[in-house]
Amino acid sequence: MKLPNLNPYVLYKTVEKIPTRNGYGEALIELGETNPDVVVLTADLAESTRALKFGEAHPERFIECGVAEQNMMGIAAGLALSGKIPFVSSYAVFSPGRSWDQLRVSVCYTKANVKIAGAHTGVSVGPDGATHQALEDLAITRVLPDIIVCAPCDAEETRKCTLAAAKYNGPVYFRFAREKTPVITTKKTPFEFGKAYICREGYDVTLIACGPLLHEALLAAEELAKLHIEAEVINSHTIKPLDGKTIKTSLNKTACAVTVEEHQITGGLHGAVAEFCSQNIPVPIEAIGMQNTFGESGAPEELLDKYKMRSKDIIKSALKAIKRK
Amino acid sequence: MQSIKKLETTANQIRQDIINMLVKAGSGHSAGPLGMADVFTALYMGGVAKLDPKKKNDPSRDRVVLSNAHICPVLYATLAHAGFIPHKQLKTLRKLGSPLQGHSNNHFNNGIETCGGPLGQGLSQAIGMALASRINRTTNDEPRKTQKNRNSKYEIRNSNYHTWCLMSDGEFDEGQTWEAVMLAGKYDLREVTAIIDRNNIQIDGNTEDVMPLENFSDKLKAFNWFVIDVDGHNIQEIIDAMKKAKAMAANPTAIICHTIPGKGVGFMENKFEWHGLPPNKDEAKSALQELRTLNGKITSEHQ
Repeated sequence: MKLPNLNPYVLYKTVEKIPTRNGYGEALIELGETNPDVVVLTADLAESTRALKFGEAHPERFIECGVAEQNMMGIAAGLALSGKIPFVSSYAVFSPGRSWDQLRVSVCYTKANVKIAGAHTGVSVGPDGATHQALEDLAITRVLPDIIVCAPCDAEETRKCTLAAAKYNGPVYFRFAREKTPVITTKKTPFEFGKAYICREGYDVTLIACGPLLHEALLAAEELAKLHIEAEVINSHTIKPLDGKTIKTSLNKTACAVTVEEHQITGGLHGAVAEFCSQNIPVPIEAIGMQNTFGESGAPEELLDKYKMRSKDIIKSALKAIKRK
Repeated sequence: MQSIKKLETTANQIRQDIINMLVKAGSGHSAGPLGMADVFTALYMGGVAKLDPKKKNDPSRDRVVLSNAHICPVLYATLAHAGFIPHKQLKTLRKLGSPLQGHSNNHFNNGIETCGGPLGQGLSQAIGMALASRINRTTNDEPRKTQKNRNSKYEIRNSNYHTWCLMSDGEFDEGQTWEAVMLAGKYDLREVTAIIDRNNIQIDGNTEDVMPLENFSDKLKAFNWFVIDVDGHNIQEIIDAMKKAKAMAANPTAIICHTIPGKGVGFMENKFEWHGLPPNKDEAKSALQELRTLNGKITSEHQ
């Protein structure tokens, strides 16, 4: 099936793969040139979060905080309250993981215009193991009032998300992965916070995905089509505010859904979709994601297999959801 | 600038306002606000900090961050005396719908720059503001309006200002405070001054019993801070220290204000039990009586 506005090779085995964090680095360089208010902070992770090049180009607007995420978040709040647009760059397990109180009070409660970039999310972080695999970041940010929460699906969407975050006035949290992941979107694919994007139309089941696992959802939809099941695939990159309108319109057709995320199934995308549906369109919803366990060391591919986040797992869940209609 | 005598009278009135506010609110902290009345008077009305109620959105205004925001009654009373908020608003402290929340916040465009409460967060915020001032100075020749910030509409990038962070000694138990101390030392951040209430008490007892801080000033000096110890009830001394801090060419400055918690009300002075309690009606009456008598003394010296 043709997928308009997506990378034409997205379903090929040879699809190009780029780490999503590269999109962040590219966007920061672009912002450095175009927006003199942008300031970048990091906590001893400049290279890994791809903030380094901005720092080299604009040392006067780059703040190396050392391994001190709480202080970094507070400094970002102060910068924002003085008219700057700070980008806080670290691993999501540390920021917003360790700096959540600072995110809550210094950033969200003061309505400070801070952007938080959480790297190394999901089990696909791989060999570093459970301590470094952020699987709770969407949940802990989503509960805070007055924040946008976003999980872009590839490097290009991460780039667009970063640029959009700089334009939006208010706190934004967005996450990226460590490994190279398939390029799903193109420069032409639309991106807007709070506006989910229908990648593929269908009428039997809705696959609602965020982050790089969107690729597995697209592969699953292709396989389901061979079984004469037409799955609609929605890229719900913004978890907060959730695009309830697009989801509801889709569920009116399909009447069942599978959520797909590299995150605990509680509190993240599944939580957001289930909350919305319970009040607006109660339908069966299956969940692909971490089932209330920590991750572990291993190759990214092995971990996605073990924790059942592959297209074959999505197909099983889709069939189950259809049966429950 | 007002005369020192006049400032002392104002500080005394601020203390009376604090007692009245607390008894009306029925909850809140007594010791800290009373102990810091002289420091707040010096900061807002001592003529060193650039704080003007007519220019509360001026991008070049000095920034004040109250980190230990549980002492906000003293901030509110001072803001009223300095002309930032109406005096009659003070009696709404902690009431539903009041801008005077139990811990101060920045939602009301009344000169309060930020939200405080959870200890240890303020110095980081203040450092962010100070860094913004430095970035303004080092990166811009031309003034230019920034993207509209909903907190301060008139932000202009070439603004230059000093940031004053009011802190408690107890919050030096927090790791984040030391992270911030370390970073300000790294960047030789002379644009920031920490004004520390060294009253030696915290909720569970004396600081040296709960978590010893001494030798406090040596610790700060070791992190590249310039440290000035002052009598926190000597307004002239506080003003002089602020002047020194603002004139620093390199290091961030810490002004350690040695204060008496509950200052001005005999039965509250130096009693950690009064940290988190408001006075009841009878206690308030006797506290006000004591403050007014002192007020009388000051007046009599003029007569």
